[in-house]
Amino acid sequence: MTVESGQPGLWRRFTAGARNQVSGSAGDVIFRLVALAFTLIILALAGSLVFTVWDGARPSIGEFGFFGFMSTEEWNPVFGEFGARHIILGTLVSSLIAVILAVPVALGIALFITELAPPSLRGPVAFIIDILAAIPSIVYGLWGMMVLVPFIAGNLNDPLIDYLGWTPFFGRPAFGLSLLAAGIILAIMIVPIISAVAREIIYSVPAAQKEGMLALGATRWEVMWKVVLPYARVGIVGAIILGLARAIGETMAVTMVIGNAGYFVANLLAPSATMASLIANEFREAGTSLHVSALIHVGLVLMIVSLIVNIAARLLVWSVATGPSGDRR
Amino acid sequence: MTSTLVDTSLRYRRRKLFSNIMVGAATAAALGMMAILALILGQVFLEGGRYLNLDFFTQRPQPLGQEGGGMANAIVGSLIVLAIAAVLALPVGFFTGIYLSEYASDRFAGFVRFVVETMAGVPSIVVGIFAYVLIVRQTGTFSAIAGGFALAVIMIPIFARAAEEALATVPFSLREGAMALGIPSWRIVLRIVVPTAGPGIVTAAMLALARAGGETAPLIMTALGNRFWHDGLMDPIATLPVQIWTYATGPYDEWHQQAWAGSLVLVGVTVGIIGFVRLVYRGTQFRQL
Repeated sequence: MTVESGQPGLWRRFTAGARNQVSGSAGDVIFRLVALAFTLIILALAGSLVFTVWDGARPSIGEFGFFGFMSTEEWNPVFGEFGARHIILGTLVSSLIAVILAVPVALGIALFITELAPPSLRGPVAFIIDILAAIPSIVYGLWGMMVLVPFIAGNLNDPLIDYLGWTPFFGRPAFGLSLLAAGIILAIMIVPIISAVAREIIYSVPAAQKEGMLALGATRWEVMWKVVLPYARVGIVGAIILGLARAIGETMAVTMVIGNAGYFVANLLAPSATMASLIANEFREAGTSLHVSALIHVGLVLMIVSLIVNIAARLLVWSVATGPSGDRR
Repeated sequence: MTSTLVDTSLRYRRRKLFSNIMVGAATAAALGMMAILALILGQVFLEGGRYLNLDFFTQRPQPLGQEGGGMANAIVGSLIVLAIAAVLALPVGFFTGIYLSEYASDRFAGFVRFVVETMAGVPSIVVGIFAYVLIVRQTGTFSAIAGGFALAVIMIPIFARAAEEALATVPFSLREGAMALGIPSWRIVLRIVVPTAGPGIVTAAMLALARAGGETAPLIMTALGNRFWHDGLMDPIATLPVQIWTYATGPYDEWHQQAWAGSLVLVGVTVGIIGFVRLVYRGTQFRQL
C-alpha cells in the first residue's frame, strides 16, 4: 500500500480496512449510507442552485440573449427593456477600487503580523483584524451611509476635485453616495479576508530563505520585498482574488452607499449601481415577470462571475498551501 | 578606499532608512485598520446604546409619528427563521462532516470539499434568488420557510467544513483503541469520535448560525419582512437585519435611531459569538470562518 498524501488519507485508509475486518454488520452499512446520503444532498443542492438560477433567468435570456443582455445599457422596467452593461461596469469598478485600496493595507498587516510584530502581539492583532470580518454587512452599510457618506460629501469631494479634477475620474456632479464610497466600504470589508489568507501563506515561507538574505546584509524591508513576497506571490495573488470575489458579490453595504443610479459614468464621485445592489433594490418591487426574470438573469451573471473568480482563487491558494510546506492545509 | 567606505555606509544608511519607512508603513496599516474597527464598533455602541431600551425588545414597530416602539417581532422572527435554517442545515452538515472525515475516499472527499467551498463563495443574494425561485414561486408566498431555507443553504457549507475539521482533530488512537475492543465502526463514530469532537461541533454550529443570523440579502426576497407579529411559517416574517435595512434607508430620524439600536443587538450577538469562538480556538481551527 502506498502512502500518497500524508496523515488524513492514511487513517482513512486504516478505518476502511478495519471496517471490513470488524463489521459488515447492518448498522455499519446503514450508518455509512445515511452519511453518504446527506453528502449527496449537498451535491444535489449545489447542482440545483446553478440549474434553478439559470432556469429562472430563461425568459430574460430568450428575450435579450445571454450576451446581448450584458452589453446593452437600457434598464427600463416600464417599457420592458433590460440590459446590464451599466451594473456590470459598476460592479467591476467598485470592486477594483476596493482591491486597489485594500491590497497594500492587507499586505502591510499580514507582514506586520508575521514578520514585524513582537511575538506576544501577533495573536491579539490578528484577532482584532479578524473581528472586522465578523461584522454583518448590514452594519457596514448603516455605518457607511450615516458616517462615511457624509464624510465623503463634506471633506473628500472638494479636495479630490481640486487636485484630481483634471482626470476624468473625479468631477461633478459629486454626491456622498458614490462609487468611491462603495469602494471604500468594500475595501474595509475585504482587508481582513486578504490579510488572513496572505498571513497563512507568508507563514509557510521557509526561515532559511530569510536568514540567508539577512546574512548577506539585507535590511528587514529587503528581506520582505525580495524574499518573502516573491516566495509567497502565487498564494498572495490567490488571496487578492478571493477578496475580489467577496467584493463582487457583496450586497447590502454596497446597496446602502452607492446611490443606486440607473446609469454608469466614469466619475468615481457619482452614484452608480452594482449587479448585487440592483437585485437587492428592485426585487421586492418587480412588477412584471420579465422584470423578475431580468433580475434573476443579473443574478446568473453574478453567480457565474463569482464562481469563476472563486475557483481561480481556491486553485491558486491550494497549489501553494498544499505545495512545498507539506502538512499545511 | 576611504571614499568607497563612506559611499557604502551612505548607501546602507539610505537602505536602512527606506526599510524603516516601509516597516513603519506596515505597522501603520495594522494600527489604522484597528482604528477603523474601533471607529465602526464605537459608533455602533454609542448610537445604538443611546437608543436601545427595554421597549426595543418587547414592542413591535409603532405607526409613523408615534413615539417608541421596538423590534421585538423582528427579533422573534430572526430566531424563528434561524431555527428553521438550523433544522434543515445541521443534519446535512453534520453527516457530511462525518462522511468526509471517517468514510470518504481521498478523491471523493476532495471533490465534495471543492463543491462545498465553491458553494460558500456564491454571493448570498444569489442564494436568495435560488430560494425565491424554488420555494417562494412554488408556494406562491414569501414565507419564514423560504427564508429559513435560504439561510440553511448559507449555513451548510460553513458548518460541514467546520464539523469535518472538528472531527479530524480527534486523535486516531481513540479510534484504534475502540477498534481493538471490537466495537462496530458506526458506534465508534457516534459514541466515541462525535462526543470527543462535541465542543468543536457545537462551536461550528454556533459559528454557522452567527454567520447566517447577520445575513440580510437572501431574506429580502424570501422572508420579505412584516410590520406585525407573524401569522405562521407560511407567511412573510420580519427579521432583524431586514428591519434594520428598512429603517436605515427610510427618511425618518426615529427610524435611523431604531436601526442603530438594531445594529447594536446584531453586532453584539454575531460578533460576540464569532469573537468568543476565535478567542477560545485561537490558531487551531476555524481559521477561515
